[in-house]
Amino acid sequence: MIRFENVGLRYGLGPEVLRDLNFGISGHSFQFLTGPSGAGKTSLLRLMLLSLRPTRGLISMFDQDTATLSKDGRANLRRRIGIVFQDFRLLDHLTTYENVALPFRVLGKDEADYRAEVVELLQWVGLGDRIGAPPAVLSGGEKQRAAIARAVIARPQLLLADEPTGNVDPNLGQRLLRLFIELNKSGTAVVIATHDIALMDEYDARRLVLHEGRLHVYD
Amino acid sequence: MSMTEPIEAVAEPWDELDAPASVVRTLPASAPIVPKNSIAGRSLAVVVAIMTFLASLTIGATMVVVNAASDWQSDVGREITIQVRPVPGRDIEADVRRVVELVRATPGIADVRAYTKEESSRLVEPWLGSGLTLEDLPIPRLVVVKLSSGPRPDFTGLRRALAAQVVTATLDDHRRWIDRMRTMTRTAVAAGIAVLVLVLAVTVLSVTFATRGTMATNRPIVEVLHYVGATDRFIAGQFQRHFLTLGFKGGAIGGGTAIILFALIEASNGWLAGTAGGDELAALFGNLSIGVSGYVAILLQILFMAIVTALASRHTVHRTLAAID
Repeated sequence: MIRFENVGLRYGLGPEVLRDLNFGISGHSFQFLTGPSGAGKTSLLRLMLLSLRPTRGLISMFDQDTATLSKDGRANLRRRIGIVFQDFRLLDHLTTYENVALPFRVLGKDEADYRAEVVELLQWVGLGDRIGAPPAVLSGGEKQRAAIARAVIARPQLLLADEPTGNVDPNLGQRLLRLFIELNKSGTAVVIATHDIALMDEYDARRLVLHEGRLHVYD
Repeated sequence: MSMTEPIEAVAEPWDELDAPASVVRTLPASAPIVPKNSIAGRSLAVVVAIMTFLASLTIGATMVVVNAASDWQSDVGREITIQVRPVPGRDIEADVRRVVELVRATPGIADVRAYTKEESSRLVEPWLGSGLTLEDLPIPRLVVVKLSSGPRPDFTGLRRALAAQVVTATLDDHRRWIDRMRTMTRTAVAAGIAVLVLVLAVTVLSVTFATRGTMATNRPIVEVLHYVGATDRFIAGQFQRHFLTLGFKGGAIGGGTAIILFALIEASNGWLAGTAGGDELAALFGNLSIGVSGYVAILLQILFMAIVTALASRHTVHRTLAAID
C-alpha cells in the first residue's frame, strides 16, 4: 500500500529530521508509530498524507510514485486516506454531523445519499445524541470520536492517527483503541502515532520506532 | 457513554446499525463550509458599490458628451457658410446675389439664405452694442447654405466658381471646427476609459486584499479541506461563490444608484424646460440623456464587476493554495 525507499526529510537548510527510511505499510495491517517527542512522528505522518514532500528518496502509495503526481492526483490519493489529528481539527461553525459528513461534501455527493450513513456512524461511535451539537460544546473524548468518525466515513484504505489518545484519560484511550481495532478488522490499515507505552501494551501489533531520525521496525 | 461491541465483519461495522428515520429526516440543511461572517463582506460590498457607481457615472458622462458632440457635428455638418467681404469699388449686393445664384446651381443644396444688411448688423450688436450707426463699418454679409440629406455637394467646384466670379467670397464648410470637435470627443472617451481602468484596478486590488484576509482567517478550514482530499478547484469554489455574490450585490447597489440618478436627470429635463438654466443646458448637451445603450452599458457593468470580483478572488485563492501545498 505504502512503500518508503531511502526517504530523507529536512526543513529548509536545517539538518535531516528523517533519514534513510525504508519500510512498507501493507493493506489491512495495524501498527503503532512511536518514538520520543520531537523524533519526527508527525513529519512522517505528513509524508504519508502527502502534505509534505521528501527531500530525497522514493515514496510510492497505492502503486503510484508520489513525486510524479499532479495536485489533483495527490488530492485523489488523500481521499483514500483518513487522518485523525491530535488537536481534532473540527470546524467550529459546523455541527458534529456536518463535520463528519465533510469528506462526502468534498467528493460532491448528494446529501440525501449519505445522510443515513453519517447518522449510523455517529451512533456507532457513541455520538448519536450529539448530531446537531457544535464542537465547542463537545467534551475532549467526544471531539476525538467525531474526528475519528470524519476520518473513516469515506471508508479509507488507510487510517493515520496522530496521538489520538493524547488528550483523553486512560479509560477513554482504551475505548478509542478498541474503535481503531474494529476499523482494522473491517479492512482498514491503521497507523497510530503515539508515545503512550501503556496504550501500545494493550494490543500486540507491529511497532515502528523513530529514534534520532531513523526508523526501526519491530514486527 | 458505552462503546459498541466489536463486530467481526468485512463490511464497515456501523453498516449494521439503522439510523432512525426521524433523525435523518429532520436534519437541517448543511451550513456553508466557509462561514459567511468570516468574510469581510459588508465593507467589500460597499467598496464594489462605490467603484461601480463611479464607473457608471464615468460611462454616463462620457456618453452624454459623445451624444452631444455627435448632435453638434451633425447639425453643423449639414450647414455651410459663405462670407462676402465688402470691398471698395464692388457692389456687395450684386456679389451676394451672384453667390446665391452659384450656390443654387450646385446640386445637393436644400436651402440658401442670404442675411440682409440689417440682419448682419444685428449679429455684431452683442459686441458693439445697439444704437450705433453701422453704415460706415465694413460688415461682411453671410450666406447660410443648408445641405440636403443626400451626398455632399461638390465644394471644390463651388470654391473654384466663387474664386472666379466673386473674389470677395469665402466658403467655410466648418471642417476645422468639426475636426476639433472630434478631437475633443476622442479625448473625453479616452479620459473615460482611463477612469474606468483606474476604477477597475482599485476594485481588483480591494478584492485581492479582502480575499487574502479571508483566506488567512479561514486557513484552518482550508487545511482541513486539503487533508480530506478536496481539490484546489473545490476549495476555490467555496470562496468564489461568496465573492461572486458580494460582487453582484455591490455592483447592483452602485449601478442601481447610478441608473436612478441618470433617470432623475433625464426627468429633470422636462421640469427645467423653459427656465434659463434649462435652456442653456439643453443648448449645450441636448436632452441630457444616456439613452438605452447607456442603461444597458451600466447593467453590463454590474455583471462585469461581479465577474471581476469572483475572478480576482479565485486567482488569490489559487495562489494561497499553491503556497500551502
